[in-house]
Amino acid sequence: MNLDFSQIVPYIPFMLEGIWVTLQFVIVAIIVGFVLGTVLALFKIGSIKILRRIADVYTSIFRGTPLILQLMIIYYAAPQLLDYDISPFLAAILGFGLNSAAYVSEIIRAGIQAVDRGQTEAAKALGIPYRQMMIDIILPQALKNILPALMNEFITLTKESAIVSTISYLDLMRRAQVVGANLYRNFEPLLFVGLLYWSMIMVLSLIGKWIERRLNVSD
Amino acid sequence: MIKVEHLSKTFGNNEVLKDISIEINKGEVVSIIGPSGSGKSTFLRCINLLEQPSKGKIFVSGQDLTESKTNVTKAREKIGMVFQHFHLFPHLTVLENLTYAPTKVKKMTREEAEEKGRTLLARVGLAEKETAYPNSLSGGQKQRVAIARALAMEPELMLFDEPTSALDPEMVKEVLDVMKDLAHSGITMLVVTHEMGFAREVGDQVLFLDEGRLVETGEPKAFFENPQSERAKDFLAKIL
Repeated sequence: MNLDFSQIVPYIPFMLEGIWVTLQFVIVAIIVGFVLGTVLALFKIGSIKILRRIADVYTSIFRGTPLILQLMIIYYAAPQLLDYDISPFLAAILGFGLNSAAYVSEIIRAGIQAVDRGQTEAAKALGIPYRQMMIDIILPQALKNILPALMNEFITLTKESAIVSTISYLDLMRRAQVVGANLYRNFEPLLFVGLLYWSMIMVLSLIGKWIERRLNVSD
Repeated sequence: MIKVEHLSKTFGNNEVLKDISIEINKGEVVSIIGPSGSGKSTFLRCINLLEQPSKGKIFVSGQDLTESKTNVTKAREKIGMVFQHFHLFPHLTVLENLTYAPTKVKKMTREEAEEKGRTLLARVGLAEKETAYPNSLSGGQKQRVAIARALAMEPELMLFDEPTSALDPEMVKEVLDVMKDLAHSGITMLVVTHEMGFAREVGDQVLFLDEGRLVETGEPKAFFENPQSERAKDFLAKIL
């Protein structure tokens, strides 16, 4: 067996830095995906036909094509079409954020529709305007129901973030490859970042469980 | 207070309300009775436009709610509603259920709304439950909170849609007692109910609906002792 972890020791700080680099764009992408996904979900359940159509087409496109393709189109098309030299960071946020929004919008739509219709009626009967009803009454209840599905989406996004290495964004995955190339040994750095990804997901899962517990106080 | 003119409502091909006209005076307590499927609840839900009437006009305090430029959301502030299945907001505490609409819609200050909320909770006998969540309450308690929640908006008119139908028998009385108390306070009330005792003793007027038609109206005493229509006689014979 030819395993030698001592060789990667000098590169450990370099790889650990990748955690923050990955987290940076993952966090922003999750926020972008969540906000845009919520808006799309509201379009889907709303009464304005054209907005419903837009949201459906959006979802169909972003769910119907590979994420890596979307990412590359954003990264390479922006300079070519708009003459704008897009940074890998911005391309990554856009690619993941826009993609995640499609999935999140479906999760939230289902969550809103699962809230008892009586809640809407009670809010209407009290004279609560639609916007406030959605923000304060319906969405909080919907979020509680869909939290597990939403956490699942965030976990997927965090892991899939590794494909930004293809647009030369120096994330965790890319750093493992760089170290591998320097050492002519790939297995150790890959195993090391695998452990880092796993730790990140564990922390994310724990946060999810914690939020779930907090939301359940009303039961 | 309320004037309904030629109200009709259809769901697809199903005509559930047929040309109903009625006037209800301020302070009146009106019981709406009839067999199930007669359109009682739909009629009630048309009054605050939870159901959009297919035809006809509905005036509440002189305002035509069916007029397209009427701000329905605004008009509903004056019309409280109590549902069969309570529909309390489960993620808010009892007191928050009472203060949410007054603070957000009527722009009452928090202190003011909480004080009012506490007064109302005391009135329905649930002062000690203000920090509880709805899911920890019994059905009767939930319904009393729901009544207090509607009252917190200081409505001129209260609609009750079978308020005791989902309750265990031993909890019906506590809710009816609150409603009786309310009836004596002078607020206008429309109550869809199967509680004939309530309709007879507390109501000022009875509306009897059958198959979407307003078959008979009258004072409770006259209606229960000497119903005029065959359909009402038949109905009363079956349930009394």
